[in-house]
Amino acid sequence: MTALPGKTDRTLGLVIDLDTCVGCHACVVSCKEWNTGGYGAPLADADAWGAEPVGAFLNRVHTFEVTPDSGAAMNVHFPKSCLHCADAPCVTVCPTGASYKRAEDGIVLVNETACIGCGLCAWACPYGAREQDPVEKVMKKCTLCVDRIYNDNIPEQDRIPACVRTCPAGARHFGDLSDPGSEVSRLVAERGGFDLMPEQGTSPVNKYLPPRAREPESIDLAALCDTDLAEPTGFFAWLDRALERL
Amino acid sequence: MHPAASIIAFTVASGAGFGLIAALGLPAAWGAAPTGALFWWGFVVAFALAIGGLLASTLHLGHPERAVRAFSQWRTSWLSREGVLAVATLAVAGAYALSILGGLPVARILGPVAAVLSLVTVFATSMIYAQLRTVDRWHTPLTPVAFLGFALGSGVTIAAALHAATGEARLWPIAALVFTAIGWIARRRAWNAGDRRAPTSTPETATGLGHLGRVRLFEAPHTGPNYLLKEMGFVVARRHAEKLRILAAGVGGFVPMILDIVAWAGVAPALLLSLSAILLLAGLVVERWLFFAEARHAQMAFYDRSHT
Ligand code: SF4
Ligand code: SF4
Ligand code: SF4
Repeated sequence: MTALPGKTDRTLGLVIDLDTCVGCHACVVSCKEWNTGGYGAPLADADAWGAEPVGAFLNRVHTFEVTPDSGAAMNVHFPKSCLHCADAPCVTVCPTGASYKRAEDGIVLVNETACIGCGLCAWACPYGAREQDPVEKVMKKCTLCVDRIYNDNIPEQDRIPACVRTCPAGARHFGDLSDPGSEVSRLVAERGGFDLMPEQGTSPVNKYLPPRAREPESIDLAALCDTDLAEPTGFFAWLDRALERL
Repeated sequence: MHPAASIIAFTVASGAGFGLIAALGLPAAWGAAPTGALFWWGFVVAFALAIGGLLASTLHLGHPERAVRAFSQWRTSWLSREGVLAVATLAVAGAYALSILGGLPVARILGPVAAVLSLVTVFATSMIYAQLRTVDRWHTPLTPVAFLGFALGSGVTIAAALHAATGEARLWPIAALVFTAIGWIARRRAWNAGDRRAPTSTPETATGLGHLGRVRLFEAPHTGPNYLLKEMGFVVARRHAEKLRILAAGVGGFVPMILDIVAWAGVAPALLLSLSAILLLAGLVVERWLFFAEARHAQMAFYDRSHT
């Protein structure tokens, strides 16, 4: 049903740290890899080795430039996957009931055998978190790795989303955001976790942690790079001349 | 937003078809249900437009063979409501046509019911777009007003042409003119409002980094095209849009309304009203193309390379 559950028992989601993300795209690759072999239809690419490759991804990393009124600009790497919104507009617009939000843990999923591929849910999502599979013609989105987190067939340390497991910088955190004592809730409280596009009224579950303030440069790095281009003297001058003559 | 031919055809044709059903149905309330040649031409054209438009809409589905599932979520989804209402309207309109053929008095009730259902269907179609907060140009009450005005404008213009061809045009050209004008006034106001409106979502709100400075995309997440950019990245150039607006409103608004007046005055009404209907529909195709091509989707804030 495309009616939203009023309340979910748990609120599983991701907390993404924009301070530590190094923009390596490892989460993009591991997400693609896991979801090509896991839940639902494969996450296809069309013309993968051709001139115009195009494929569906559930997680993408943008890099933004932030320019303050004064001072140096800063680059911020920005991973983006479905935010499993509490008021998910992608769910309520779906005509078939293929899109739904689970009452038990809040995960937003697509039932791929019911999806007609109308694309309206992708229009309703303000975050660009849904992409239609170019081969299967059904809507694809982040599943919060529902086929890992409850999977008894894989080692316990792997029962977290593939992107979280992979991230070499530890920039992605997974947990229950409805539990104030959880690691993710503490991170949000301590670091001032925030919502993307609050003006869209989606109440996203995933939170982002802001980049920490940059330390003012304590040493003048530029000065260290300054090589002395003046003519050498003494021993070095002799060596220089000797080498010239060779 | 990508202006898909199937969706343009769907909204223009089914709008005109349902508008015509309304024009054929309402007069039954005062015992003026269509008969004879008007009946046959009217219902054939109305059903062809409405059903043709609905079939065109299934062309853009990834899995049209599952389309029947789209009737299930009418409690929450405007797209589902639109489907249910369209089928209900066609069923009632069909019953209305049969009741006229059979000379049954129930036509006096079925006609107005079909007319009301037609308009509710067009309203549901417009809400598929107007409900989306993600598209500023669509998320306004002017969207349903324009869709209803254009559906009635085109439907009533066709009805006026058929009345003129099979009998007398009487006040039909004036009704056509009024509804066409309502559609274009709403569209003009929506264009103006959309031009003035600051985007609801910006790179600053999208990233939540606005407190640190101005934000722009530095490196895109992918080097090739993707579904998001194909589907939502299309925006027509400003100066092209201006020309197309003038073309749409001229061909689909100004000229048809002049023709309606001349026809009402008694000059070759069947010919001029047919021409009026054809030009209006052609103008609406351009108008609908612009409806998509001018619309900016909120997620494009994540792809914005300019400092604005
Ligand atoms: S991020 Fe987009 S796809 Fe995910 S729940 Fe929110 S609106 Fe839906
Ligand atoms: S594309 Fe599929 S999941 Fe999305 S709204 Fe259409 S039917 Fe629902
Ligand atoms: S939770 Fe799983 S599906 Fe979602 S972005 Fe991470 S790896 Fe991809």
